Amino acid sequence: MRVGTSGLVLNEKLLFEHSDPGRKGYSLPELDVPSSDLPRELCRDEIPGFPELSEVDVVRHFTRLSTWNYGVDSGFYPLGSCTMKYNPKVNETAARLPGLADLHPATPAHLAQGALGLMYLLQEALAEISGFAAVTVQPAAGAQGELAGMLMIRAWHEAQNSSRRKVLIPDTAHGTNPATAALAGYDVVPIASDGVLSMAEVEAHMDDDVAALMVTNPNTLGLFETHIEKICRVVHERGGLVYCDGANLNALMGIARPGDMGIDVMHFNLHKTFSTPHGGGGPGAGPVGVAEHLVPFLPKPVVVKQGDTFRLDDDRPQSIGRLLAFNGNFGIMVRAYAYIRTMGAAGLKRASEMAVLNANYIRACLEETFDLPFKSRSLHEVVFSDRRLAGGCHTIDLAKRLIDYGYHPPTIYFPLVVKGAIMIEPTETESKEVLDEFCEAMQAIAAEARDQPEILHEAPRLTRVRRLDETTAARKPTLRWEAGKDN
Amino acid sequence: MRYLPHTQEDVAAMLGRIGIDSLEDLFAEIPAAVRLERPLNLPPPLAESELLRELRRLAGMNAGVADFHSFLGGGAYNHFAPAVVDQLISRGEFYTAYTPYQPEISQGTLQAIFEFQTLICQLTGMEAANASMYDGASACAEAVLMAVRLTRRHKVLISRALHPGYRATVTAYCRYLDMQLEEVAVAADGRTDPADLLAKLDEDTAGLVIGYPNYFGCIEDLGQAAAAAHAAGAQLIAAVAEPLALGLLKSPGELDADIVVGDGQSFGLPVSFGGPYVGFFAARQKSLRAMPGRLVGETTDLDGKRGFVLTLATREQHIRREKATSNICSNQGLCALVTTIFLSLFGKQGLRELAMQNHAKAAYTRQGIEALPGFSLPFAVAGFNEFVVRVESGDTAGVLAALEDQQILGGIPLGGEYPELQDCFLVCVTEQNTRQEIDELVAALAGGAAS
Repeated sequence: MRVGTSGLVLNEKLLFEHSDPGRKGYSLPELDVPSSDLPRELCRDEIPGFPELSEVDVVRHFTRLSTWNYGVDSGFYPLGSCTMKYNPKVNETAARLPGLADLHPATPAHLAQGALGLMYLLQEALAEISGFAAVTVQPAAGAQGELAGMLMIRAWHEAQNSSRRKVLIPDTAHGTNPATAALAGYDVVPIASDGVLSMAEVEAHMDDDVAALMVTNPNTLGLFETHIEKICRVVHERGGLVYCDGANLNALMGIARPGDMGIDVMHFNLHKTFSTPHGGGGPGAGPVGVAEHLVPFLPKPVVVKQGDTFRLDDDRPQSIGRLLAFNGNFGIMVRAYAYIRTMGAAGLKRASEMAVLNANYIRACLEETFDLPFKSRSLHEVVFSDRRLAGGCHTIDLAKRLIDYGYHPPTIYFPLVVKGAIMIEPTETESKEVLDEFCEAMQAIAAEARDQPEILHEAPRLTRVRRLDETTAARKPTLRWEAGKDN
Repeated sequence: MRYLPHTQEDVAAMLGRIGIDSLEDLFAEIPAAVRLERPLNLPPPLAESELLRELRRLAGMNAGVADFHSFLGGGAYNHFAPAVVDQLISRGEFYTAYTPYQPEISQGTLQAIFEFQTLICQLTGMEAANASMYDGASACAEAVLMAVRLTRRHKVLISRALHPGYRATVTAYCRYLDMQLEEVAVAADGRTDPADLLAKLDEDTAGLVIGYPNYFGCIEDLGQAAAAAHAAGAQLIAAVAEPLALGLLKSPGELDADIVVGDGQSFGLPVSFGGPYVGFFAARQKSLRAMPGRLVGETTDLDGKRGFVLTLATREQHIRREKATSNICSNQGLCALVTTIFLSLFGKQGLRELAMQNHAKAAYTRQGIEALPGFSLPFAVAGFNEFVVRVESGDTAGVLAALEDQQILGGIPLGGEYPELQDCFLVCVTEQNTRQEIDELVAALAGGAAS
């Protein structure tokens, strides 16, 4: 049975186009104190254009919008490097518990022991999973974790009176790596990889002006950096540190630990590896693990345990400071902690094994049909290219046609080292049945490309909107609704 | 394990198809030297019911608003969220989706972000808003970086009355960049000192950051600050930690701000021990291409039907890499949806009424405390829903502890961040605080002062 089908989909205007003066979607208690006016010169008139809607209007509006989306709850979401695993429902209940959701961040520590304890236990669990000496849970997302990590690396160098300028970044890296290095004031030096980093390449670039090497392991081709230990040794011998982008940790839980490989600092993505929902673009959380020598530089405050009590330690003179107004995305920490407690050690290891099994199974089912540029053993994801796709069809056409078959497309055109990359990460929460159906769809699309390529060029055909004009959107940007303008 | 669907037969069949004998073989590329040869040392797995029991135990050790009358604010506000909000964001199509990179199957998220951007523009009086930042503090740091990019100058002035968490975040973000941050003093009335400001603004000043309202709840003269900044060729950045104030106050855009940032937590997000919240970021149309973060734009599909896409991505890290305007990738999408739903429900009338209630309750509380012997209000200038209380005896900790004994979280002590305000604490009053709660707070303070 093909999953993708058509059905009745409802159109929906913008909020502002629904608005009708006098409608209300709220209720407030009677004011039980005397009213009080601010000085008139400080006040605005009404907010022009703000909507006026009833509760029913609002509920229908967003319900209809939701039906135009595709989530992990809808179906298979093999988006490479994003680890779109199932988001357990009990975690949602957990984050909303009274005592957690309604706890103010300025609550005195002795009245917030449960929350501080949970943060501490999560730090400890992440440190054990990754092999690092300590973990901060403050950063709000992977990229902010990277920033925390690179600032710590810089602070460490300064503490050694070293003022190195360069950071080495392989060509397979996520764009956040170079962007973060620049934000930490470094010059980025791209280095070439041939699937994995070679010792020769690292040695050729590693000089006295290199502060750090940023790696992703397993990398974005789904390959383990087999020389990682030696790479770390060479970088260390020449006075540098090694940062690891932990986006792909889902391949390694209970199998191998980045901290044991010689890596100095790594961020986690709780919204990838630890099952917290991606929310259509966040909120995530990007805790950071560090080796012993970087502990003094951790962002503050740090959750510490003294005897049986927990507190936020702000007295950390070498800390890089804070990256958010408060304690980080606590609600996301609760979900990740719930996940780790549900899975346990054996469960997490099994998750990594099944994630890697699924990726290799997809590879085995598709490698005769699709070009596989790198042949060494895949871990959690596999990258094909569109080289063998017939009929003048490209990766984008395959991706859009997959939508008609009922799947979210893989990550496309990334990593940049593979032309027309098709990056598939199935995760462990998909069954063989789902993978078989997906592979059949991929085969069927490859056949369509050969026999009726126009079907691919015109895809998707079953969605509420067809391919969208991105060029005009960028050339003449309309980024908001305006009253009286024809939107 | 209920999240892992593989049967033993499945695993065997899949290994066969791959052509290997065991799961172990999948990891053959990982050198033995770095393999973990023992089980992870983690607590044993819990069933769903056990997990909830454990989390309720932890939650029970915390003082939530159910147990205490809370007057804590300072950038995280206890406002009511209608049931609609949580019901709608709990739809799996919203919260289990990724960033809307494939627009044809992400129109729900994309249209909602477009609506969010519009609401933020309307609220702030600005012309362009992005799809969200992590929180108000990190949005503020990004605004500082944008002012430096736009002006190619290197000095940024930060009001000492700006939220301390925002100031610390700006400092950390700018730590290793070629720029200087300078603090502008607080005047006796609780607002940014205009004389100190004028003295520090010069031809190398890229921007000036002012809280609106500021950390003490005082309403700054943003128009005057904008005029001063512009006379020196600098950008005025308004940072709004309590955006409900904009239901009543003149918008920063109307007062000539160049960049407006803040936190949308007040609009439907629980205080949740500090996050997740949602930073917003708005600017002038002419600065559009210097903005950080994702932007959603309107366009049409092949049939001419209206649709929405992520746009102007050439500013972003996945295209521009080290030359990007920011390193941000994931933002706070679902939290932006929360604020969009909240603002749709409250709308034009509701936001104003809610803001008026907050102000009235704070004014009532303020009058009650001002009349007490032993307490005074150091800052006379108008405020929104927060104000500073001075403890004449100097024993702020003792007063707050006495309140705690009566199940009241009376406020945030200011001495840690402001040594000169060692004898002061910050009180926040929202629509959630009933008159009875407020009267109890005032009575408890009266009792504490008498003893």
